[in-house]
Amino acid sequence: MATHKVLIFNRFERFWHWTQATAIFALLFTGFGIHGLHDQGDFGTQVTVHVVAALYLMVLWVFAIFWHLTTGTWRHYVPTTQGLFKVARYYAVDIFKGADHPYRKHFWRKHNPLQALTYLALKVVLFPVIWISGLAYLSYGLWSQGAATNAGLTWVALVHTAAAFAMAVFIILHIYLLTTGHSFREHVKPMVTGYDDIDLSDAEAAYLKQDEPQRIRP
Amino acid sequence: MDLVRRSGGIICVCLCLLVPAAWATNAPEEASLPPIDAESHYQAELGISEYKETASERPVDKSVTRLSERKGPVSTTDHSKLKELQGPFASGPEVTKACLSCHNEAGHQFAKNKHWTWHYEHPVTGQQLGKGVLINNFCTNARGNEGMCAQCHAGYGMADIKTYDFNDHNNMDCLICHESTGTYYKTPPTQGNKACSVMFEGKPAIDLNRVAQSVTLPGRNNCGACHFYGGGGDNVKHGDLSSVLFKPSRDIDVHMGEDGENFSCIICHVGEGHEWSGSRYNMVGKDTKGTGKPGMPRDTATCESCHGHDPHPASLTGIKLNDHTDRVACESCHIPTYARGGVATKTDWDWRTAGRLKDGEGFKLEGYTQGDGKHRHTYKSIKGTFEYGENLQPSYAWFNGVVDYTTIDTKFDDSKPVIINQPLGSADDPNARIWPFKKMHTVQPYDKGNKTLVYMHLWGNDPDAFWGNYNFERAINRGMADDNIPYSGEYGFIETYSYWPINHMVAPKEKALGCAECHSRQGRLKDLEGFYMPGRDRSVWLDRIGIFAMLAALAGILLHALLRLTFRAKRKH
Repeated sequence: MATHKVLIFNRFERFWHWTQATAIFALLFTGFGIHGLHDQGDFGTQVTVHVVAALYLMVLWVFAIFWHLTTGTWRHYVPTTQGLFKVARYYAVDIFKGADHPYRKHFWRKHNPLQALTYLALKVVLFPVIWISGLAYLSYGLWSQGAATNAGLTWVALVHTAAAFAMAVFIILHIYLLTTGHSFREHVKPMVTGYDDIDLSDAEAAYLKQDEPQRIRP
Repeated sequence: MDLVRRSGGIICVCLCLLVPAAWATNAPEEASLPPIDAESHYQAELGISEYKETASERPVDKSVTRLSERKGPVSTTDHSKLKELQGPFASGPEVTKACLSCHNEAGHQFAKNKHWTWHYEHPVTGQQLGKGVLINNFCTNARGNEGMCAQCHAGYGMADIKTYDFNDHNNMDCLICHESTGTYYKTPPTQGNKACSVMFEGKPAIDLNRVAQSVTLPGRNNCGACHFYGGGGDNVKHGDLSSVLFKPSRDIDVHMGEDGENFSCIICHVGEGHEWSGSRYNMVGKDTKGTGKPGMPRDTATCESCHGHDPHPASLTGIKLNDHTDRVACESCHIPTYARGGVATKTDWDWRTAGRLKDGEGFKLEGYTQGDGKHRHTYKSIKGTFEYGENLQPSYAWFNGVVDYTTIDTKFDDSKPVIINQPLGSADDPNARIWPFKKMHTVQPYDKGNKTLVYMHLWGNDPDAFWGNYNFERAINRGMADDNIPYSGEYGFIETYSYWPINHMVAPKEKALGCAECHSRQGRLKDLEGFYMPGRDRSVWLDRIGIFAMLAALAGILLHALLRLTFRAKRKH
């Protein structure tokens, strides 16, 4: 085992992450505006921005799912309990003692167990909820039977609003966690450059040096 | 000068308070009414004469405008050349006789039209409606006052609807709808009391030959002569139909604007066989037909008749706007305000103050100056106290096209205001959409014992007519007795509301309402119930939980971060 600088987030992942982040911020801001929680901006413009950002995000998600399935990177999200409690204990207790983060990134496990679990939940629960309720909301004119679906729209709106709050909570925690373990800068850098320090087994290192030399820096 | 006016005002107030005190026992509520001209800096004008406007020359427009102007003249007949119309004519019916000699079906067709019958049986509610029987909250009833009201009847000499010969087609008034000189008018078929009889004195005689030879399809001049002046003055009743529409700009009415499409009324209110589309009594709440194919009959005057159900362009915004058309009438967004263009509409009428006199004579006050600089009456002894408004925001209601009327035989609960014409519909009604209305408020006489509205005898050269004797007791007694309607003998005053659908004065699209006018907590639709509207509605609890969760996350972070910093500082020591 040795630490190497490895290209862990490729160009698509970085593009995916940052444009997704931008879209989500735009959606949260305009969504809360449409919902009436703030009055910064014209309703019609906010609806347009919200719809454009949502459509973009959905297209991106379709691409990301395709990418996960074809590249095998879906493995990063397989949940595991191995090391999960160590990580949890780190955030709850050990972090105050100045301990090091218990998780070292591996080539095939670039998320720590807690991250993997969180992202999995995000992908299989929250994203679909917000996606389906949002599509239903957006396509109201197609399925609406007028008076007969008054209650339907109410439920769609409530579920969508609830999902938006959950998303906002995720974003808040996600950003804060960047300050833990390493420095904020060290966390963000790989997401920009793509390279991070990764523990590679000798076999992995040999494989990368042999077959994907562009992904590994000496 | 100010002092003189003010002391004059005080004297007026004293007079006003003294005079009606004589019969204040009949109307106990009146004692608490404010004096009518205490604050007014306008001089009271003796006499009640009006109707200068209705009988004056009107601007003339081409009856069929831009749409068909491109195709050239429509008519195949120049009526001025017809020998039948060379006259000389001594009376209206003589002209009609000449008209019917060629248009031999017109009389039979028009005999069924409510402009002639003043009667309408509602096909849904079965109610007997029409001007001949209805009560509104303006001059209240035409019944018993035909002598005055029938100036706008499309017939000659309807002095009493009960005895009028509706089978005599020669008495139909073709000219009121078809003349195109703008000079035609009718004087009341009966005389009013002394105070009223002066109203039409000195009017020039009508040149019937010239008028008869001018006939053509109806123009705005024809429809407007009555419909712009309903309720006793310019724009008094509807709010969206005023003399402004004789020559409107595109800004006021995108369809009728002279610098716009320049439509006449009949472009939308298409007629066939002397029956035309668009009726207030039985409206189309939701037009599911939309535009017709070429040559198909078109019997509605809805926006959809021409614009279809998806009128907005297929852009992101357009698609969203088209989503609205099933639940929101086009008028709701496209008529942002009514009574535009400088002519005000009456919004409030208080009959309780009617009958106050000055020097033993009725008087009037002009206390409201409207946009075009004209003064409007804020008090008239024959009618009471009024309020006006311009550029008004409509009231909005769910409406399926059916209106339930409070008629002379409707008993109501007099502990709350009476809705004279209730638009029916709700969010749960698949045929209802959100419509704009002018909401008219009035305090008017009613039968306290029987809890019904009353017919008042207002017009006539007799001692019972209110417009002359200023006595509600006698006017109501006579109004009810003439139709054998039971009257308890005790009248009171009750608050009433009436709803006037706003369909005209459609603004250009760039002046249509923005989304937030409705999609906000305190927007125009804040009081409409039974449906979820983004921007207005929410679950307060869901929002509280959501905001609490966000704050809790932030608080947790703050605590976590503080602990980290604290422990780090400790480790350094």
